[in-house]
Amino acid sequence: MTRPAFRPVAEHGVLVEFAEKINDAAYAQVRHLDAMLASHGFAGFVESVPAYVNILVEFDPLLTDHSAVIQALHSLLALKSAPATPTTLREVLVCYDADFAPDLPEVAKACGLTEEAAIAAHLAGDYAVFLYGFAPGYAYLGGVPPALHLPRKAAALRGIAAGSVIIAGAQCLVTTLTMPTGWWIIGRSPTQILRPDPAHPFLFDVGDRVKFRRISRPEFEALR
Amino acid sequence: MTARFQITHAGPYVSVQDGGRPKLMRFGVPASGAMDRLALQAANLALGNPATAAGIEVSLGGLALTCTEGAITLAVAGGGFIVEADAKHGSWVVLTLHAGQRLIIRPGPWGSWAYLCFAGALQTGHWLGAAATHALSGFGGGKLATGGSLEIREPRVNQALNGAIPCPIFARPRANLRVTLGPQDRFFTADTLHDLLSSRFALTTAYDRMGVRLSGPALHPAAQLNMPSEPITRGSVQVAGDGVATVLLADHQTTGGYPKIATVLDCDLDGFAQLRPRDAVTYQAVAPTQATALARAHAAAQRAYLLALTRPR
Repeated sequence: MTRPAFRPVAEHGVLVEFAEKINDAAYAQVRHLDAMLASHGFAGFVESVPAYVNILVEFDPLLTDHSAVIQALHSLLALKSAPATPTTLREVLVCYDADFAPDLPEVAKACGLTEEAAIAAHLAGDYAVFLYGFAPGYAYLGGVPPALHLPRKAAALRGIAAGSVIIAGAQCLVTTLTMPTGWWIIGRSPTQILRPDPAHPFLFDVGDRVKFRRISRPEFEALR
Repeated sequence: MTARFQITHAGPYVSVQDGGRPKLMRFGVPASGAMDRLALQAANLALGNPATAAGIEVSLGGLALTCTEGAITLAVAGGGFIVEADAKHGSWVVLTLHAGQRLIIRPGPWGSWAYLCFAGALQTGHWLGAAATHALSGFGGGKLATGGSLEIREPRVNQALNGAIPCPIFARPRANLRVTLGPQDRFFTADTLHDLLSSRFALTTAYDRMGVRLSGPALHPAAQLNMPSEPITRGSVQVAGDGVATVLLADHQTTGGYPKIATVLDCDLDGFAQLRPRDAVTYQAVAPTQATALARAHAAAQRAYLLALTRPR
């Protein structure tokens, strides 16, 4: 199989796929093509949706078609990246109080840590926004320290509050809606990812680095 | 000037919709907007509104309003609903309502969604620049609730517009879905792909603004998969581990880890959305070049139809 693969998506898209399995090189290629699309675009370009190993490129079928788009993408892929701009570091606050962290005891136990050591491990992680997915503002953060890697739970729990800090495998996410989740709930954040500012409605851009900072319950209550 | 309505009944999934909020999928936000985009545009243009102005999307649950203040001309388009006001009409109609009059929109012989638009500015919430309601979060204009009210500023009365809106053939329910295969058709055997393209499937009652589950032959992926999450679009035919396909619709999740066996052409989705649970569908695979040709022909027909609505009748 030659890479990338270009897969048609109805009359309006091409999925550009760099690998079958998650790896750093494929994700770097996704980011590169996403950046080239943002800076250069092509006639009829509508939007791009980056993911781990592939990127969806949406176009207006009245203005272009799959083969012209694939040709344009080949040209963009051949472009050298501009010198990397420093990525933004975002701070996300988290309170680990017991009622906000119903899974923390089990996570700690499964990882052979005390609860405080599990919290310390979570705070020590150096996270990056890999992609948004699933629902508005659901930013998938990679970078959970290996000491906390656990498969997701066997069954999803319903009605998990917005702002929950949840982990599964190498991924961490701060939820923005009340939703079911099968990930482990280890804290609650008052940091808004969906923001009321129309000029900057989402806290993160894909690629941003993220650090968590622990706050107390009174600080949490003051901020929410 | 203001026209006001009291909501005496709003069924489930009755919500404010407009042209949606495109180009935000990279933030996890689907475009949302009308399930049947053509019908919303027809209702708006029949009143002289901008084509994608905010209106009310009425589900099979129906809607009943009482005009409590003012007078206003309004339009209902989409599906074969029944519209009761001064008299009984089908959907695809322009009417003028005065204070004290009732308006009832309820399911008729066909269709799942109808659009109520007002000659004036519907007062509604916005999120990310659009009034479209995202069902999962309730963000945007929001769902309508029995007991609530609607306010329309600068209402216009134009009796000359009253009467039928032509219902074009391409606004009818569409049971034959043109698809491009994939993007993960390679995870299915040739036999399963043959089943997809040669069998009849049916819509189930698991139908909402996020998508609709179909019943029919199981479409099991060839192997146990552990695919990375990847982008999904409106029209993706996603197959869960149990072999059951879901066609993703206006409020779709933006990524998912199940394989997409096919993707329904966007130009077939307005018609598809007007099918009802238990209605049958078949899939027909087309090449990408055919897909763009079909999309362009559809857009041209739709443009000609909508343009004709804006001419004085």
